[in-house]
Amino acid sequence: MKVKMLSRNPDNYVRETKLDLQRVPRNYDPTLHPFEVSREYVRALNATKLERVFAKPFLASLDGHRDGVNCLAKHPKSLATVLSGACDGEVRIWNLTKRKCIRTIQAHEGFVRGICTRFCGTSFFTVGDDKTVKQWKMDAPGYGEEEEPLHTILGKTVYTGIDHHWKDPAFATCGQQVDIWDEQRTNPICSMTWGFDSINSVKFNPIETFLLGSCASDRNIVLYDMRQATPLKKVILDMRTNTICWNPMEAFIFTAANEDYNLYTFDMRALDTPVMVHMDHVSAVLDVDYCPTGKEFVSASFDKSIRIFPVDRSRSREVYHTKRMQHVICVRWTADSKYIMCGSDEMNIRLWKANASEKLGVLASRERAAQDYNQKLKEKFQHHPNIKRIARHRHLPKSIYSQIQEQRIMREARRRKELNRRKHSKPGSVPVVSERKKHVVAVVK
Amino acid sequence: METVPRPGRGVPPKKDKLQAKRKKPRRYWEEETAPAVAGASPGPPRKKKKKKNLEVRRQKQKNSHNSKKSRISKKSQFRKKSREQKKPGPQRTLSGAQDPFPGPAPVPLEVARKFRRIDKSKELPHSLPKTRSKLEVAEALEEEISVKAARSELLLAEEPGFLEGEDGEDTAKIRQADIVEAVDIASAAKHFDLNLRQFGPYRLNYSRTGRHLAFGGRRGHVAAFDWVTKKLMCEINVMEAVRDIRFLHSEALLAVAQNRWLHIYDNQGIELHCIRRCDRVTRLEFLPFHFLLATASETGFLTYLDVSVGKIVAALNIRAGRLNVMAQNPYNAVIHLGHSNGTVSLWSPSVQEPLAKILCHRGGIQAVAVDCTGTYMATSGLDHQLKVFDLRGTFQPLSARTLPQGAGHLAFSQRGLLAAGMGDVVNIWAGQGKASLPSLEQPYLTHRLAGPVHGLQFCPFEDVLGVGHSGGITSMLVPGASEPNFDGLESNPYRSRKQRQEWEVKALLEKVPAELICLNPRALAEVDVISLEQHKKERVERLGYDPEAKAPFQPKAKQKGRSSTGSLVKRKKKVLAQEHRDKVRQSLEEQQKQKQKQKAKPTGARPSALDRFVR
Repeated sequence: MKVKMLSRNPDNYVRETKLDLQRVPRNYDPTLHPFEVSREYVRALNATKLERVFAKPFLASLDGHRDGVNCLAKHPKSLATVLSGACDGEVRIWNLTKRKCIRTIQAHEGFVRGICTRFCGTSFFTVGDDKTVKQWKMDAPGYGEEEEPLHTILGKTVYTGIDHHWKDPAFATCGQQVDIWDEQRTNPICSMTWGFDSINSVKFNPIETFLLGSCASDRNIVLYDMRQATPLKKVILDMRTNTICWNPMEAFIFTAANEDYNLYTFDMRALDTPVMVHMDHVSAVLDVDYCPTGKEFVSASFDKSIRIFPVDRSRSREVYHTKRMQHVICVRWTADSKYIMCGSDEMNIRLWKANASEKLGVLASRERAAQDYNQKLKEKFQHHPNIKRIARHRHLPKSIYSQIQEQRIMREARRRKELNRRKHSKPGSVPVVSERKKHVVAVVK
Repeated sequence: METVPRPGRGVPPKKDKLQAKRKKPRRYWEEETAPAVAGASPGPPRKKKKKKNLEVRRQKQKNSHNSKKSRISKKSQFRKKSREQKKPGPQRTLSGAQDPFPGPAPVPLEVARKFRRIDKSKELPHSLPKTRSKLEVAEALEEEISVKAARSELLLAEEPGFLEGEDGEDTAKIRQADIVEAVDIASAAKHFDLNLRQFGPYRLNYSRTGRHLAFGGRRGHVAAFDWVTKKLMCEINVMEAVRDIRFLHSEALLAVAQNRWLHIYDNQGIELHCIRRCDRVTRLEFLPFHFLLATASETGFLTYLDVSVGKIVAALNIRAGRLNVMAQNPYNAVIHLGHSNGTVSLWSPSVQEPLAKILCHRGGIQAVAVDCTGTYMATSGLDHQLKVFDLRGTFQPLSARTLPQGAGHLAFSQRGLLAAGMGDVVNIWAGQGKASLPSLEQPYLTHRLAGPVHGLQFCPFEDVLGVGHSGGITSMLVPGASEPNFDGLESNPYRSRKQRQEWEVKALLEKVPAELICLNPRALAEVDVISLEQHKKERVERLGYDPEAKAPFQPKAKQKGRSSTGSLVKRKKKVLAQEHRDKVRQSLEEQQKQKQKQKAKPTGARPSALDRFVR
């Protein structure tokens, strides 16, 4: 007879002293872990609930401006520094870690229309309603020195926006026309126009650095190449585009913030249909900025809220609002992709977390592992109705909530009408036009 | 993937593998010296010059490069060979380091299959390309994970027990005393008898870690103790008949089905609750992941009590008279009830009707047991039959056997051993491997007790079978009964108080809702095709058109002169005709298939003896 009994030595399973860690032998055999799926589901449900519990995105409000904040700019080298221009011509430089204003400049008379930093971070440019472009040093003047711009360019017309080239000492302004300037000269290298209306904003492409995009009041978005004297092409939309932003990871992609409450992501090569129509705002979208990863962007709207959209989704994943925040004029995503800043009408700059429930600060490795695990679980079960409902739920202010209801009714009515028209007319005479194609009027080359 | 055969078992491995095994793995810093040593040593590489060892092949190449140029005549042949063998060989890096174990780590296929969650034989559902690629990525990841989990089997510390008779000796003839004599002291101490004649036949229950044992006698004796150290936790007399006893999620709580009501005691023997909603309970089952205590009563109700919040989740009227046979399926938490008309019904708290009814025996059901993989169900009936059923969809009997006396109690062990109590005898049957079908021909072990059996349970994670009988409690040694390697985070027999508290909190946090109990516990992870199609239908109705429909073919404008209106129309027609032809072909194929199916099936509901004359 040969016999062997299962006989464990307890010393192998119990810690020797109290100072040791407990021993935890693992066996991944599925029969020892029954109900794997349902337990994971419950874990995912708990993780989703906790995410909503911990969603506290608002970090700080920077107050000090004496008029509405009209423009924001990031510092290219320092994460903690941010610049803002107000409607009374004041420019302030802020330190985000201390959440304090470190410098105040009375830059212009009237609005500061645009502000941008030089790629090296030593100076910045502002344009204002007083028809001037000013270059300022980033460092504060020494003791006894006066606050003075490095250069001042007096123009003939009002400038409405400015953006700096990402590598070269050149910048572009817009107003009646798009001007491209060399930093050393007082006259533009070239000026480009297409149409007669004023141009709202101009943006350099961060990858193909010679490309520019601008949007004008006559409802079109125009693309330029700096090396040519004439514009490349333009697309005309239903309504006016307020600003555009290039995707920092994909050279061809840009997103336009439109007056018709939508955002349109375009592929530069095929402007006749936008890649995606992002709709969730209930009022005009005023500003848009990409996350440095190029996966998401944030938009600021006249409806007193900001929203975060994934690039490939038409619906937003997040909406931020507070009782006191008024119409949001400008918004920026910080270069570490963790925070969002927005400047609004009621003179404040607000700092938000990009991921509402994220825990700030250093994480222990076990904490990090638990977080990653929970994230994966949420992803795995995201389509289950219960989990989806909890993850999607957001509290909205009454004004936005009722607007959404109202607009839904309007859209439904329009759809029904079209359906009826199609039903009662000759087959094929009322074609189905997809949402994406609906808003593009024409593409001109 | 190939498996590394274990030395000394099965077919002897091939020569080259043996060589590779014997060769010591070399470190890269030993690179210069090692070849010389290997060359000088009279080891196996030198003996057989034409063997296929890769290491030595490299040495040879080196040598020939350095000095031996006289081999030029043989060179061409030599080179051909070397190229053949170079492919699977270890690759050299710039630093000279080389992987002593090239290629992916060997994983036994059998083991990897155990961890596989996705059925690869099933086709991926028809979906959009984006979804499809996502699914493919998920599948690849799952595959990788299963391989890694299979690799981690190497780290398991314990081997299962076994009992083998010497050349043809029947293991069933081996007595407990012999086993106790043969095994070590620690194991021998696991065999014991509690002589408790006074308080009648006993029911018993092991806690989920297998560390604690609770038992209750018919005449009111209830006790719980740590059976390994033999430390008594509590001993009381409830002065009422005890019908069944069960540990709740941990050893700190005990549910006792008494004559009138269900009572819950703590490990001090203090009565915590008296649950009057559950009266005249005959059998108890605890579903540990759902925190549900299922009670079957004389009045014919199956009641689910959520012990974490103290609420009754469901009370199902079974409509089958007195219930006194109950078992749970540990794989999907479905309760199996045996009835006096020979059927076994399967119940879940969310459904008022049975999930399934299986006619198992001609007489009433005496006992039911389900194995821990949820594959087999053993039943015994008043017709003295013992049957094992397949629970995977078909519910067909796999094997059956008539016993001289019907089995009154059945129990499955973690490794798939089946124990049956018949009168005062306990028989145990074993299968070929882990969780395989127990073969009912020859018992693995038998044991005669001091009185008729009243309760039976294998101890988890110990090779022990606890038997409650009219003479007390017997703890039997059954080598190879249980899982040798426990998971420390799931149920740890050696856990400390702190660990238990931690585990309890975690377990409560991930309490599975009772509504999720169904026959297939993985259903939650599968695509709900029915509601998906329903959604799609509704959407199309709402919109008035199908947004996912393929757009009609629009011919692209070709070069100058080629895209006249006539040619465009022609191209369009060509594509349309092709599509139409494809459709017709598909429908024809389907029709043919249906016809073949109809042919294969006889037309009548019941095959007749005259069918053979039909041409």
